[in-house]
Amino acid sequence: MTRPTPEVLAHRAHPTAPATGSTPADKTDKSEKAVDKKPELLTGAQVLVRSLEELGADVVFGIPGGAILPAYDPLFDSERVRHILVRHEQGAGHAATGYAQATGKVGVCMATSGPGATNLVTPIADAYMDSVAMVAITGQVASASIGTDAFQEADIAGITLPITKHNYLVKSGEELPRVLAEAFHLASTGRPGPVLVDIPKDVLQKQTTFKWPPTLDLPGYHPTLHPHGKQIREAARLIAAAKRPVLYVGGGVIKAQASEVLRKLAELTGAPVVTTLMARGAFPDSHPQHMGMPGMHGTVGAVYALQKSDLLITLGARFDDRVTGDLNTFAPNAQIIHADIDPAEIGKNRVADVPIVGDAKHVIEELIGAVTTEYAAGHKASITDWWATLDDIRGRYPLGYEEPSDGTLAPQYVIERIGKLVGPDAIYTAGVGQHQMWAAQFVQYEHPATWLNSGGLGTMGYAVPAAMGAKVGRPDKVVWAIDGDGCFQMTNQELATCALEGIPIKVAVINNGNLGMVRQWQTLFYDQRYSNTELGTHKHRIPDFVKLADALGCVGLRCETKQDVDATIEAAMKVTDQPVVIDFVVGKDAMVWPMVAAGTSNDEIMFARGVAPKFDKDDV
Amino acid sequence: MTTHTLSVLVENKPGILARVAGLFARRGFNIDSLAVGETEHPEVSRMTIVVNAEDSPLEQVTKQLNKLVQVLKIVELDSTASVQRELLLVKVRAERPVRSQVLETVNLFRARVVDVSPDALTIEATGTSEKLDALLRDLEPFGIKEMVQSGVVAIGRGSRSITTGPALRAAS
Repeated sequence: MTRPTPEVLAHRAHPTAPATGSTPADKTDKSEKAVDKKPELLTGAQVLVRSLEELGADVVFGIPGGAILPAYDPLFDSERVRHILVRHEQGAGHAATGYAQATGKVGVCMATSGPGATNLVTPIADAYMDSVAMVAITGQVASASIGTDAFQEADIAGITLPITKHNYLVKSGEELPRVLAEAFHLASTGRPGPVLVDIPKDVLQKQTTFKWPPTLDLPGYHPTLHPHGKQIREAARLIAAAKRPVLYVGGGVIKAQASEVLRKLAELTGAPVVTTLMARGAFPDSHPQHMGMPGMHGTVGAVYALQKSDLLITLGARFDDRVTGDLNTFAPNAQIIHADIDPAEIGKNRVADVPIVGDAKHVIEELIGAVTTEYAAGHKASITDWWATLDDIRGRYPLGYEEPSDGTLAPQYVIERIGKLVGPDAIYTAGVGQHQMWAAQFVQYEHPATWLNSGGLGTMGYAVPAAMGAKVGRPDKVVWAIDGDGCFQMTNQELATCALEGIPIKVAVINNGNLGMVRQWQTLFYDQRYSNTELGTHKHRIPDFVKLADALGCVGLRCETKQDVDATIEAAMKVTDQPVVIDFVVGKDAMVWPMVAAGTSNDEIMFARGVAPKFDKDDV
Repeated sequence: MTTHTLSVLVENKPGILARVAGLFARRGFNIDSLAVGETEHPEVSRMTIVVNAEDSPLEQVTKQLNKLVQVLKIVELDSTASVQRELLLVKVRAERPVRSQVLETVNLFRARVVDVSPDALTIEATGTSEKLDALLRDLEPFGIKEMVQSGVVAIGRGSRSITTGPALRAAS
């Protein structure tokens, strides 16, 4: 079994600085030796590796193949770039995403042309939807063969046009340093997102000159970081006057590393806070002003707060349909302050009364100043009644679950215990489905970047490779993948990577034997006709996850009863030198509640099956 | 729905047309007309795009266009404050007996004959869509054998230029 040397791990142990705000050129300009360097004669492949080194890409997740092969030769010698050989390119992509989200740096993945590149499409789309800073490097067939349907040729730049922030087909080795520096800059600044760099094989093979730092040539790219003062003052005026304000916090707050200032703004205004699925951890769950997650499976309190609000202070959120429900009846009496770094998000789904374009951290900092000024001038509406109502609602409709009547293990209990025993300093990832919602609901998040999941695209199979990437980026952290039995079967092969590369993650498979969320919808909306949702992981124990874990070089554990849950989690926590997989065999009939059925109004939220919350008597 | 004319200044790089056209398609817009060409800055191309859209979706697609890294500037040109032209080439049947009538129509519209054969004339005309529609209506009775039209190109009236500004200076 090979393990990275301690030095390899040590140089990544430091928490990383925000990637936004400074260009690669800025950084290297300060280093005199870089400026003094004369151009060197190198192959395109060497230029690629040198550029990655200069850009601080200390880890690349990938798989070699024909067209990218030249790059793997100098990569073999690199002491600064660790390449992690994954088992499927999708794993490389999600690992890069997990790495990026856990560290705040750019995640890098690499694949060959054709099928290697197309296997990256899902994680690229995933990173695009969730605004994750990722650079994907793909080999391409030689320039002369492009367009001839050559072996393993795919127009990956064309394919990824709608799912990348930008992409490149590199024409010559000379432009490689600039293109890579631009790719990292684009991926990590403004609204982060994936950038693909497609490099033909001959460009990698040919000799070219290397000079660092390159000059970025992005005349059309100017993200607005600082908000407009007039808009900030207008927002502050509305905040001071609002009787039922809500801070509607999205993933942008985590991307902007604005959690601390968010807390200040929240405490200054006293307003309730809701954190979306992408923003779990942006504001501490233990904070008394935290109303929980809004949306389809949000808390009754959070959904109610949005619906009855007279002012939504929207920070780095995008009025996603999973949050708003039926848009026409969403927060009908609320004025909208909408702050986002992407101008195209503002007014896309809901008209903003006060649009603010800017980085969430700058926006919040300036809002704190402007709101303080308003308060000093004696403007501050009372929100005491609002809190009385909200406290009543959240007191009557807390998050909870019923013990299964058939004596099976409650999946919510398992997830709740993982959260309690592992604690808020760990990083949690999830796949997509019921287990994801329960992990968002029943794990208590206290810190940003401790909850990684596929929110926008809803990619099953995200958990294991994302946990792998997060653990590589933050070896100092305990990383738990909370996965479903369906999701786990999509990407578990990356556990072989984890076992061989010394990436000791924990995987809790919440095994209900079914595609649970789909089954839940079949229960509720398809007359309990369970078409193609039974996976056989209960009935036939195929696969046997404990044996599978063993085969993949992991420790495999199984837990089937409530009494064993704590002991099993603790046993997993004791293993620190190997990945661990726990097969939690849970009941198949548990459902995710509360729920706003797709396309219906948030007002029709169900607290539990057949139980609508009673708002009437305390309607504001 | 109203017709909007957008002037989109872009970096003159491969693939930009696909990026712009693809964006319109996936956001559900039909492009009525599109014309691309170089500008006075060789590294900047100018697209004139005519779309039919309500104001709010148009704003959304404009913002999305602005997010394309190679898009430098977008200006909507109001039809009253800009000169908008398209080019028409049309091959019309024009045997001896009617040829003079065809030529009379050509002159009325200040169009030009650019190719002559015994039974047909090829006519070149520029103008607004309305003028070219009118010309075609008048030529129709003679028999239109073939026609081709360019997209609209448009430029704002007055001395101000949209191709100045820091972004464009950086590009050129």
